[in-house]
Amino acid sequence: MTFIVRQIATTADGREIVRSNPFDSDQIGIGRSTENAIHLPDLAVNPDHATITKREDGHIVVESTTGQNFTLDGKHRVSVTIDPGSGAELGFGGHVIIVSEEEGNILLTVKRVEALSDSAEDRSESTLYTLQGLLPSKRIGAWGFVALVLAAFLIWPIYTWATWRGVEERPDQFHADTMWSSDALSQAHHSLEKDCQACHVDAFVTVTDKTCMTCHEDDAHDHANPDRLLTARGGPEGFEKIGAAFASAFNKPPGWCVECHTEHEGAGAMEPTAQKFCADCHEGMDGRLTDTKLENASDFGIEHPQFRPAVLLKPGGKNPPRKRISLDEKPTEYNGLKFPHDLHLSKTGGVAQMGRRLSAKYDFGPSLVCKDCHTPDPKGVRFEPVDMKEDCGMCHSLAFDEVGGTVRTLRHGEPDMVRADLRAYYRSTRPTRPINLGGMKRRRPGAANDVRVASDYARAVQFRPSRANMAISQVFSRGGACFDCHGVTPPTARGRVDYAIKPVTQTDRYMHKGWFSHEAHNDEDCSSCHTAETSKDARDLLLPGIKTCRECHGGEFQTSSDVPSSCAMCHDYHADEGAPWLIKEQQKDKRKKPDKKIAQR
Amino acid sequence: MASNAVASQTGRKRVAMHDGFLKHAGYRWLKITAFIILVCIVSYIFIDVSPRHNGGSWYGYTLGTIGALLILWLTMLGFRKRAMTTGSWSLKAWTSAHIYLGLSLIVIGTLHTGFQLGWNIHTAAYVFMMIVIISGVFGIYFYATIPEKLSDNRDEMTETEMLENLRSLDRQLHESAQSLSAEHATLVLQSLEQDPFGGGFMRRISGRYPDCATRLAQADLRRERAYQPKMGSDDPLDKVDALLEKKEATLARVRRHLKLKAMLQVWLFIHVPMTFALIASLSAHIISVFFYW
Repeated sequence: MTFIVRQIATTADGREIVRSNPFDSDQIGIGRSTENAIHLPDLAVNPDHATITKREDGHIVVESTTGQNFTLDGKHRVSVTIDPGSGAELGFGGHVIIVSEEEGNILLTVKRVEALSDSAEDRSESTLYTLQGLLPSKRIGAWGFVALVLAAFLIWPIYTWATWRGVEERPDQFHADTMWSSDALSQAHHSLEKDCQACHVDAFVTVTDKTCMTCHEDDAHDHANPDRLLTARGGPEGFEKIGAAFASAFNKPPGWCVECHTEHEGAGAMEPTAQKFCADCHEGMDGRLTDTKLENASDFGIEHPQFRPAVLLKPGGKNPPRKRISLDEKPTEYNGLKFPHDLHLSKTGGVAQMGRRLSAKYDFGPSLVCKDCHTPDPKGVRFEPVDMKEDCGMCHSLAFDEVGGTVRTLRHGEPDMVRADLRAYYRSTRPTRPINLGGMKRRRPGAANDVRVASDYARAVQFRPSRANMAISQVFSRGGACFDCHGVTPPTARGRVDYAIKPVTQTDRYMHKGWFSHEAHNDEDCSSCHTAETSKDARDLLLPGIKTCRECHGGEFQTSSDVPSSCAMCHDYHADEGAPWLIKEQQKDKRKKPDKKIAQR
Repeated sequence: MASNAVASQTGRKRVAMHDGFLKHAGYRWLKITAFIILVCIVSYIFIDVSPRHNGGSWYGYTLGTIGALLILWLTMLGFRKRAMTTGSWSLKAWTSAHIYLGLSLIVIGTLHTGFQLGWNIHTAAYVFMMIVIISGVFGIYFYATIPEKLSDNRDEMTETEMLENLRSLDRQLHESAQSLSAEHATLVLQSLEQDPFGGGFMRRISGRYPDCATRLAQADLRRERAYQPKMGSDDPLDKVDALLEKKEATLARVRRHLKLKAMLQVWLFIHVPMTFALIASLSAHIISVFFYW
């Protein structure tokens, strides 16, 4: 038996070159050293790595020389016995030796199976210099992100919407659709922050008026007839058609609450109505709403109609008739009273003199001023109606008798009681007793005089009660206490005294469509707006016109004016009897931040 | 970017051999973009929408629509780039427009938000957009600066030549190391068996390979032989040492090449997936706005 070592080499173009060498000895060496029968040019192999020894029984023993192992059929070994008849594969570094038997000889086929270096291995040069394999591929990244983003930002919120539909109030927990919220809700709606579906009910339909009205049925009445409102506004123009196209494409009809009340604009109070919203309709409105009675208004300083106060047509009754008349028409108003303001405010004359006399008692100044008679209401917005007893009675006394130091006065506002009181007075009192009826008499000579005086007096006493009618007539007639201020209806028949007082109506608010607070104008004198000092007649309507207001108030655009004023300063879209939203908010701010000034030292 | 000779549309022969994607056609797209940005900013300032600027006004819708369409068009470069053509709508013209119009999105997108940003998906879409744009800016910078460095580093070698160079050195090392002892052979073997292209992304992008077997092998051999007397001119270790040094130099060049090529590509691994994230979040943004509005 001979060892035959068959070396198989592969050329660069893949051809195999086979060389066979027989070794007729009992032991041959395997190693990198060229002295070995099996020379393996392999750096992973020791110079003298192992020996192969023949045994008597035909088996061969492979044994490591240096203790460094080799493989037998892939398993690491340092020493093995092989039957060449059954064959085996030995591995040394990058080489394999296939053991077999051929014609009684032991055939050792040697082959390099591994590339001699890593760089020598086959490589795809198109990707070798790229980042392929080093980073997750762009494709995977792209589709991964698409899936992730759509799932988190679209599908999840829609799922939330679908599962909570129809539930009256969602529980206070995280809901995925809150990720859709573009900004915080306004202060008033803060509690709805987590409950998107409180307002957003149907998909692709804007928040409906019905939804708003669930809570706002009392405070959000229509500004005007909705149809007329849309007519007044006219269609969208220019670029606004873009917004309108989006709105109509996604179920947002014009005129709905949400058109003006935009939400998700950040925390804080709702903004007062922007002037532009007003001007959208009221600017050039007569061109669109041709039958309107309202005049155009676009800006207080530029285009605003003259004020049209609700002037009293006839005093008396619970709801006396009124009519809105432009101040340009110089309307007058008879409210049932006579009151010349000029006389009362004069710096000289009887009224001023009387005021000076009474100044110690009533805190009057050198002459009367407005506040001596007019009292502001508790909020300072308007004035209390003038009260006879409080505001006139200091001078205009109704006293008619004195009993034991107590002054008796006629009852104001009750003509029947006035009559009764006067009658009672004349019934219960006697005429002044003539001095010559007393004991300490001084008389003219003769008894006839005594008798005449006594009988005259007796007659006077007897007729005294009938004097009452004359007194009543006097009170109600020119020169009498009532007549001074009131209109008096004459008696129904000659000889009767059923005088009546004409009804009086004091107007506390003339402009119901706009807001005016006197308190906000405290720094001004009354006379800078109300020309009371020259008014000779109570029928003068002492309201200032728009020209007076414009001395300080410019429109929104006149920023150089003392008070640039947008519509919202006086008007509200959903106006009620109270102050407009803007003013309320300002007052709220004032309450929150008291104007504290620290004294300078 | 490689540029082709382009005959201008005007008929006059104008060779634009070195007219890069930034300067294309005399900065045509830069001018167009500057004009767009100017129009956007001026209109934003002068157009009064109530109650305030945001995506929900007619102006916001307009900017949003322009922005969304622009994003889709910009994405089309990913398909367009596979067909290199010349002319007015050459790939270069397209790339130039992609870059400048993409930059204009910073203004269009930001004005569309009306500066109303928060923790929501709308801002997420904006953030994705900004990431895409910023990664694109890096891309512009890399494409403007790296090709020159790449060319300098290659020294007129092709990538195939670099690989063959390595293979040749490995073969020579293998050959020279045959007569070495087992210990020395192991050191050389480590150098041979290490993948010159391996080492993961961080090694690739930084160009630092602290576990370079070639350098370690050389260092070990030198440390060992530092105090040994010279054996004469035919010491195989001398040859191995010289070969290891050569291999190290080649590896340094290859690694620098790999690093530069990685930088040319890496921004796209953010740019492209983020573009898709942007398109997805943009869809979510648009749908959600009209779903709940």
